[in-house]
Amino acid sequence: MRWVTTTNHKDIGTLYLLFALVMFFVGGAMAMVIRAELFQPGLQVVDPQFFNSMTTVHALVMIFGAVMPAFTGLANWLVPMMIGAPDMALPRLNNFSFWILPFAFTLLLSTFFMDGGGPAGGWTLYPPLSLQMGEGFPFLIFAIHLAGISSIMGSINIVVTVLNMRAPGMTLMKMPLFVWTWLITAYLLIATMPVLAGAVTMLLTDKFAGTSFFSAAGGGDPVMFQHIFWFFGHPEVYILILPAFGIISAIIPTFARKPLFGYSSMVYATASIAFLSFIVWAHHMFTVGMPVVGELFFMYATMMIAVPTGVKVFNWVSTMWKGAMTFETPMLFAVGFIIMFTIGGFSGLMLAIAPADFQYHDTYFVVAHFHYVLVTGAIYSIMAAAYYWLPKWTGNMYDEKLGQIHFWVSTVSVNVLFFPQHFLGLAGMPRRIPDYSVQFTDWNVISSVGGFVFGLSQLLFAYVVIKCIRGGEKVDDQVWEGADGLEWTLSSPPPYHSFTEAPQIK
Amino acid sequence: MNEGLQQKNGRSFLRVGLVAVAMFGFGYLLVPLYDVFCEITGLNGKTGRIDEAAVVARYQPDLARSVTVQFVANNNLGMPWEFGPVVASMQVHPGKIYSTAFKARNPTTRDMVGQAVPSVAPGKASRYFNKTECFCFSQQPLAAGETKEMPLRFIVDPNLPKDVGTLTLAYTVFDVTQVAVN
Repeated sequence: MRWVTTTNHKDIGTLYLLFALVMFFVGGAMAMVIRAELFQPGLQVVDPQFFNSMTTVHALVMIFGAVMPAFTGLANWLVPMMIGAPDMALPRLNNFSFWILPFAFTLLLSTFFMDGGGPAGGWTLYPPLSLQMGEGFPFLIFAIHLAGISSIMGSINIVVTVLNMRAPGMTLMKMPLFVWTWLITAYLLIATMPVLAGAVTMLLTDKFAGTSFFSAAGGGDPVMFQHIFWFFGHPEVYILILPAFGIISAIIPTFARKPLFGYSSMVYATASIAFLSFIVWAHHMFTVGMPVVGELFFMYATMMIAVPTGVKVFNWVSTMWKGAMTFETPMLFAVGFIIMFTIGGFSGLMLAIAPADFQYHDTYFVVAHFHYVLVTGAIYSIMAAAYYWLPKWTGNMYDEKLGQIHFWVSTVSVNVLFFPQHFLGLAGMPRRIPDYSVQFTDWNVISSVGGFVFGLSQLLFAYVVIKCIRGGEKVDDQVWEGADGLEWTLSSPPPYHSFTEAPQIK
Repeated sequence: MNEGLQQKNGRSFLRVGLVAVAMFGFGYLLVPLYDVFCEITGLNGKTGRIDEAAVVARYQPDLARSVTVQFVANNNLGMPWEFGPVVASMQVHPGKIYSTAFKARNPTTRDMVGQAVPSVAPGKASRYFNKTECFCFSQQPLAAGETKEMPLRFIVDPNLPKDVGTLTLAYTVFDVTQVAVN
């Protein structure tokens, strides 16, 4: 009962993180089905309809069930501890926003057992294809509504906490970057999740209430859905990466034993990325038949995002420059993040070139691109965060040796998994199709082998986390020699109620 | 938490929550905005409708120029009608009214209603393609087994950009029997 009714930010943070871990394995199992089917050409393991629902639900579960709740969990644990607040500003809302999530994903996953199966039209839910789904369609829409409400409420809570609950002396420009990036992310969520909710509501009324927002027969336009969806969808991809920037900006200085290079430029870069994210959405739709002026505008606006992102990468590298670096597991994941996220950033820049995009569009090149930024980007940052703060949360050191093995096995296998997909995409292999032409076989075999190894190596991560929660070598309050911030002034593990007296900020 | 702070948090919650509600409304506002934007810019391949009397007053036939107009017909998913143009393409002079027709047959054993939706390619030419009469202006009922020739009168604006030599007019016919019954 304690876990159901709790309003404590640490309990809720733990719940979010464990939920995300479970969803990570649910979505991961679906990825294994995808890679098993693509291991050989022809139809081997599952039928095409089920394959399509695997790609669709894999994306929905990983985005809305794993990455976003994991970041919200980290925010719950860390934001109050980092700004010297006793708890989140709205504790009961906090409880509510977590407990909606299990219901949302029960609804989503229950569609597999209904007539017509799970959603199979792609996570982007483009009509008219998505409207052809069977009886599970309203369940899918309500699942998205619930997940959206949950993250909107979580975001409102974070905004109010950061604005109202900072300890005296903790000015905005003294806040750790993780708090900054989450504040901006929360605004992005509040501005875009309702738009998604509106778009899927329009789908629902198109199917059941006779409206024709997206049906040409009634004067609507299916391409309009793509515009509305990506007005949400592009800020959403920054929602999935900005908190990661905050995490990396906390970990790199600790293990380089130098303060973060260019703190204020990091803050402004984050804000610029957030602003630009609202004016680039149509780069997902270069092939719908836009006029040249439109293509050019969205191409240049997209390329502009590389500038603030580049500022961040250079700042991290400058932080490491001539630092006294050590490579414990969190640092390995953070450095891995910088290198591999940048690879994903560069392939994104290639995709931004409108004339070239006509070739890359909807191929495995796109799949390789967004898995580099989301798996070796967002997921790697979450793992870095878990290794970095677990000793603080539990009071026990994780198994450093297993952590390092986890990093190296993951990093080798994830590149074996996703790097060949660049070649497949450039050679013309389309995404979201269970069968392929035989000339793509070799790289698909390699990619699948990488996929299986990467999938299995994550079981090691779960083992390390559970082992650390259960016990281990005790750590002191500081944990990491170079760590700086209010959370390290608390005991390890921190008391259930921390900072009931506001701390003094130098 | 002291009471003042709690009140302050409550007010902040309402303010930020209002933004979320407003953005939900903004999502719906994007629908009319999108239509207005397409209308102003002439994007989206939507064709114009024009009164026959207005044509005579407005346009001079440009007999020196001739462009090809191609006709294409598609059926939306699940639409069983046999639907196609009577002629596949025409040579036309801009500024002059032409007539042609599309043919539709309902091969099923039930009465149906269809709605044809036009689109012109290339997109930038769509605002120069006007119709004075079209079967797409209204829903078309076809009894079981009935065949119908459906007329179309159109005019190409003489201001059509010089680099456009071929226009393609495509119709997709949708089954709206259910909607029409309701």
